[in-house]
Amino acid sequence: MPNTDITKRRQSWMATLARSDRQAIEERLSEAVPLPGHTRLRGPEAGLVMVRGRAGGSGAPFNLGEMTVTRCSVRNEQGRIGHAYIAGRDGRKAELAAALDAALQDPDFGTLLEERVITPLASALAEADTKVAAEADATRVDFFTLATMRS
Amino acid sequence: MTIDRPGFNDPVTEAQSCFRLVLQAMSRPGSIVTLGQTVAAPPLAPATASVLLTLVDAEVTLWLDDSLAASWDWLAFHAGVVRATQTERAAFLCATSLPPLERLNPGTDADPESGATVILQVPALDGGPRRTIYGPGLEAPLTIAPQGLPANFVKQWQRNHERFPRGVDLLLCAGNAVCALPRSLRIGEG
Repeated sequence: MPNTDITKRRQSWMATLARSDRQAIEERLSEAVPLPGHTRLRGPEAGLVMVRGRAGGSGAPFNLGEMTVTRCSVRNEQGRIGHAYIAGRDGRKAELAAALDAALQDPDFGTLLEERVITPLASALAEADTKVAAEADATRVDFFTLATMRS
Repeated sequence: MTIDRPGFNDPVTEAQSCFRLVLQAMSRPGSIVTLGQTVAAPPLAPATASVLLTLVDAEVTLWLDDSLAASWDWLAFHAGVVRATQTERAAFLCATSLPPLERLNPGTDADPESGATVILQVPALDGGPRRTIYGPGLEAPLTIAPQGLPANFVKQWQRNHERFPRGVDLLLCAGNAVCALPRSLRIGEG
């Protein structure tokens, strides 16, 4: 990818697609424009990836556990190649996300798709995140004592 | 070529059936075995592409000659193959002209199975100079006539055979057919 701007945008829409429900994507897509046809290059195929974490974001990396991931790569009628890696085993979602990734790279058509599909999906995800954060925040415990003792 | 061509439609079953046919070719040296489902990925011939997808993965190294170098992206995408830069180190070599056999990895007496496998893409498996093969897997000597082998092939092969059990195995691919010449064979002119 020669252009870093498109790479950043692509990372963002791939992340949004990976985290959204298939039904939500299909709903948004039905209100937008139809996608060009595509052929499968690889997959959809499911596999395991090791999720690694760091305690507090700065500790030594450890293996948190394996998760199921489905990937798919397609080439659409315009010759653009789209890739998708999604959590879970929904092959149809992986294929749909890959087809969308290919279509979104189109300079004109892609902007329209981004507005009508990705932006609403991203705001729905952000809203859900805020809601969970608010719920978690309501049960927050502040360890004043510990903080005082340490300082 | 970039990655824009599919690999096997059904990677597991198609690779397994291709593997079975390669095994059949290896156990009946010189016989021409036609592969069932093949993959189109020029400049690789259908048989070459299918055999590569079947045999190579991220755990082996592959060397490609310059005429096939355009297939690297495709192979890396579908097979995750590791590129070997030196012919001496590669576990698999794929070429359109035979690399000198004595410079390839023949394995060791303790691990002869680590000897290299050469996948040679040739114009045709018949119509070339006639050579007689005999050895394990053949009841009687058999005449083969693949095109695209170097003029000193019989001499090279003799040296390859002499170091048995070490040595290099050869798979000839043309169109959607393969013909195997395992290291156990003896090959003569005419």
